[in-house]
Amino acid sequence: MSKVFIALQTNDDTRPIIESILADNPHALPVESPAMVKIDAEGRLTVKRESISERIGREFDLQELHTHLISLSGHIDESDDEFTLHWND
Amino acid sequence: MDMQVPKKKLGLKERYTLMTRDLAWDTTYQPKEKVYPYADYEGIKIHDWDKWEDPFRLTMDAYWKYQAEKERKLYAIIDAYSQSNGHLGVTDARYLNAIKIFLTAVTPLEYMAHRGFAHVGRAFPGAGARVACQMQAIDEMRHAQTQIHSLSNYNKYYNGFHDAPHMFDRVWYLSVPKSFFDDAITAGPFEFIVSIGFSFEYVLTNLLFVPFVSGAAYNGDMGTMTFGFSAQSDEARHMTLGLECIKFILEQDPANLPIVQRWIDKWCWRGVRLLSIVAMMMDYMLPKRVMSWKEAWEIYFEENGGALFKDLARYGIKMPACAEQIRQEKEHLSHQVWSAFYNYSGATDFHTWMPTEEEMQWLSQKYPDTFDQHYRPRFEFWREQQQKGNRFYNKTLPMLCQTCQIPMLFTEPGDPTKICYRERDYKGSKYHFCSDHCQHIFDNEPEKYVQAWLPVHQIYQGNCFPEGSDPTAPGFDPLAAVLEHYRLNAGRDNGDFEGSEDQRNFEAWRGMAKRND
Repeated sequence: MSKVFIALQTNDDTRPIIESILADNPHALPVESPAMVKIDAEGRLTVKRESISERIGREFDLQELHTHLISLSGHIDESDDEFTLHWND
Repeated sequence: MDMQVPKKKLGLKERYTLMTRDLAWDTTYQPKEKVYPYADYEGIKIHDWDKWEDPFRLTMDAYWKYQAEKERKLYAIIDAYSQSNGHLGVTDARYLNAIKIFLTAVTPLEYMAHRGFAHVGRAFPGAGARVACQMQAIDEMRHAQTQIHSLSNYNKYYNGFHDAPHMFDRVWYLSVPKSFFDDAITAGPFEFIVSIGFSFEYVLTNLLFVPFVSGAAYNGDMGTMTFGFSAQSDEARHMTLGLECIKFILEQDPANLPIVQRWIDKWCWRGVRLLSIVAMMMDYMLPKRVMSWKEAWEIYFEENGGALFKDLARYGIKMPACAEQIRQEKEHLSHQVWSAFYNYSGATDFHTWMPTEEEMQWLSQKYPDTFDQHYRPRFEFWREQQQKGNRFYNKTLPMLCQTCQIPMLFTEPGDPTKICYRERDYKGSKYHFCSDHCQHIFDNEPEKYVQAWLPVHQIYQGNCFPEGSDPTAPGFDPLAAVLEHYRLNAGRDNGDFEGSEDQRNFEAWRGMAKRND
């Protein structure tokens, strides 16, 4: 199965986002480079609003991801609660 | 006491429908064909524009909110960087030559992308596609502006940053990016979106904006890192738009498949040729390196692009025909391009140099099958010549490929010792190509590519001298005249980095930064 990925800047705002993604997607693997992290995952990767809100202590809007996003791959399915990347193969 | 009753918020999908499609209307005074005159002529059949879905579901109000936040962040960092003499913190002034290329070759493309997306944002009959394209048009304008603002800081201290827009329209190697985008924006709206939105944004821009910008961070260039990542945060949305477009077009009608496949084949190759300069920037111009071009290529094209084409196979889309040649070229590309720029460093707005022994060891290690065998001996010879005072400058103008406009510097597939030449006769004239793929692109649309503005031809025809020049006057120096036409300061902006004013100034200023004299 192909891999999807999401790449985020590494800063104070993204630390809880990265933590949440890794906790919610045990099959995901972070690859760190200067100033950024690329998270690879076989087949599918889900970012959950609730996990991030819990970590930052306030309501997180998934569209806030736009501010820190560097790149991604795969088809996107976005709702108010979840942001999912996946391939259809 | 007032009770705060939480307002019922609309869901993301509902909000998107209300704020995009519901704001569109059907015209009644004029028929649709007159309002959208470019929608049909490319042969793409669309039956139902309402099937278009923006997966990000970003509405204009949210768009402004997040873009404003990105801008505030960016300008705070840019101010801090310039206020604290941040430029003296980069690893080496050599590094800034990669950034000069960025400003002259990439930034103007952002502006052209703005024009292109503004145009297709008007040309598509579907409201969802129009909104997404308009957002991208604004993004691209933002990228051009933030890049110019960020890099103007370097223009205060270093040579070669002084006149990017003028150079973009004239300097020989910049005709490569310029003609690439001219080709795209003069195509129809569907070809444009496949060329830039899909082939370029989705398949190729990661290579420029992800590892290269991470490299900028590694080299202490906070300015480039900031605008780079800020631009890339929009790029993720652009890539999604590109992918959505392809899926939408293919799902609308099976007759669209062969047209789209031809565009993907064409634009993947055009994009790969364009990015050959990035290969050299990554392998030769970053004093501290994050990864080699070959490694970046394997992650972002072979792995990621591979997954993408595997996914699109259910529509009948195939990996572009050029993939095999590209796979072979990744071992050679950066070395061949750096060699060419080293040759022609007398006519560029940036400096070149021979890698140090330590850097050559890194190249040998990253390219074990090619570097020592094919490139190290040549580089050692040039270094030796330079140490003897014979720094090699090639003064013979090269033959250019009619399609990609790159000098004929690429080798035959399977034989790295032989330069690849292809030629075609068309209506009594001869045309030259760097590869089978560039020749095929020409064969499909010869009337478009015979019009190419090739810098070498233009110089020989006398069209690249300052106004009022007399090439027949005794002692006329054609190279000096061309450089003047480019507004390039010969002896300051060009030539070898060793002994350059940039090198001397950087050393002196860095020394002063540690002392109080």
